[in-house]
Amino acid sequence: MISSGISSLAVLLIVIFLFREGFSLFSTSPLENKNIIVVNKTNPVSKLNAGQIKAIFDQEITNWKDLGGNNDSIILFTINDISNYFSDEEVGAEFEFLPDKLNALVDSNPTMLAVYQDKYLAKKFSGKIVNVAKNNIPDFIMGKQWFPTAEPAVQLGVAPLILGTLLVSFFAILFALPVGLATAIYMAEVADERLRKILKPVIELLAGIPSVVYGFFGLIVIVPMIHDVFNLPVGETALAGSIVLGIMALPTIITVSEDAIRNTPRSMKEASLALGANKWQTIYRVVIPYSMSGISAAAILGIGRALGETMAVLMVTGNAAVMPKSLLQPVRTIPATIAAELGEAPAGGVHYQALFALGCILFLITMAINIWVQAISTRRKMNK
Amino acid sequence: MNKIETKNLNLYYGTFHALKGITMSVKANTVTALIGPSGCGKSTYLRLFNRMNDLIPGVKIEGDVLLDEKDIYNNKGMRIDELRKKVGMVFQKPNPFPKSIFENVAYGLRVNGMNHASFVEERVETSLKQAALWDEVKDKLKKSAFALSGGQQQRLCIARALAIEPSVLLMDEPASALDPISTAKIEDLIYELKNKYTIIIVTHNMQQAGRVSDKTAFFYLGDLIEYNDTNIIFTNPTDPNTQSYVTGRFG
Repeated sequence: MISSGISSLAVLLIVIFLFREGFSLFSTSPLENKNIIVVNKTNPVSKLNAGQIKAIFDQEITNWKDLGGNNDSIILFTINDISNYFSDEEVGAEFEFLPDKLNALVDSNPTMLAVYQDKYLAKKFSGKIVNVAKNNIPDFIMGKQWFPTAEPAVQLGVAPLILGTLLVSFFAILFALPVGLATAIYMAEVADERLRKILKPVIELLAGIPSVVYGFFGLIVIVPMIHDVFNLPVGETALAGSIVLGIMALPTIITVSEDAIRNTPRSMKEASLALGANKWQTIYRVVIPYSMSGISAAAILGIGRALGETMAVLMVTGNAAVMPKSLLQPVRTIPATIAAELGEAPAGGVHYQALFALGCILFLITMAINIWVQAISTRRKMNK
Repeated sequence: MNKIETKNLNLYYGTFHALKGITMSVKANTVTALIGPSGCGKSTYLRLFNRMNDLIPGVKIEGDVLLDEKDIYNNKGMRIDELRKKVGMVFQKPNPFPKSIFENVAYGLRVNGMNHASFVEERVETSLKQAALWDEVKDKLKKSAFALSGGQQQRLCIARALAIEPSVLLMDEPASALDPISTAKIEDLIYELKNKYTIIIVTHNMQQAGRVSDKTAFFYLGDLIEYNDTNIIFTNPTDPNTQSYVTGRFG
């Protein structure tokens, strides 16, 4: 009673903590380091979003008219360009004259876009601070660019990560389900008791191998194999991740579906045999349909295992945060992203919060899968 | 001519001697009841005739089991699935498949390669009619078999066994899990089916044995104690054990 109370409290606290950190992302600006964007007060543009800022800095947008302004080319100014305009003496040894100089610079250049930290904002500021759209959920989920450390504005589009995760997991199950199911059928219906007593612990042992070891296996065996077979520049691809995850999901799929198959009542099998069906007809026509809900639960649990797996995937998928187009491309999954980037993200920063928000998304996906499993197993109980 | 016959039949589960030298014969188109206390070997004996005992590890069988005067165990020409087409079985608890009513009845046809749609439909209808279930289910053949009541499920299992047109029907306490009304329906059915099939029924219910069977065999501790016309077994048995069992003094 007490222990269950404590554990549910712990789970609740973890979830609350995760979501509090994750959701605080959506009240922050994508501008890093307290930067502000300043333009001349006559400039009609007063709103920009993170994508536009990146495009400006990547020289993809060079004219104000693309941003809803006048037909003038953009003069870009960052604090690194200061020496092009002012000498060290003019700025002052302690940068004490910098705010006024910056103000004057923007005042005299009607087409300038300046990015500097808000502490250099002049006391008698006469320009205009551009309103930068806050991070928001639709852009976060639908965005295709993941550059969490881009300057001056981070790009937090997680669509490639979500799709990468789903792609790798889906194909992992596609590989693991037929193999796992065949093994389960063999163990439950064909193998004699002696063989089963050897096989079962071996398969359970497979579940106990640390995922790093699977990662090594993938890196040494599967990645070079894919590299050679498909003649790719790199073997670290979604396919490699799917194969490694498929192997890792096998023990779950085998044990759960074997239990389901074993639960087929003896009377059901006898009825089939008594009607002249042979062993395979009985398995195919009676045992599998009867244990279908258990087998689906096994598949979904396997997907859940694949979705949350971090280390092995991190090691073999190549970790390129791009929209996945084929299995033979590097991809990056959500758990791998969190594991790889959390260490370098400053605590409390936008990047840090974005990783927590990713964690929330992963949590929601796995929770949805768990509810799905619950629904299936309830339906299964009702059928009996 | 005997439809079914065993000669000096011994069966062992490992070291346990479950059937001890049973010699018995059954005529075609009769109902034979196997009675006796639990563990006496009557179900084991019943399962000899469609080789259901083969599924149990460690079973050893000695002696002859004949169907239509042909040995069914030591006979290379007799395939086990062919045998099971000739010898249908109805189990103690209704055990329909998790399929529609129609597909349950069609199952035996399909696994034996009879897939022609109109033939299957016709055979399903005939079998359901024979099992006195047609009128109750004809409008819901596509529904799951689990939607039926226990008694209906058991009649469905009988229809399922009849669909492949066996000549022998083995029934292992077919009414023990059913209420009295369903039981009465099953018993009427057995009486009807006698015209076409040879029926062997295991039962714990003395009245049932008395009502439905022509001959009764009393088993006790693996021995066939007494085998005779049903009315003789129930009114004037020769063995004192039979006497006390049929009168309800033990078992």
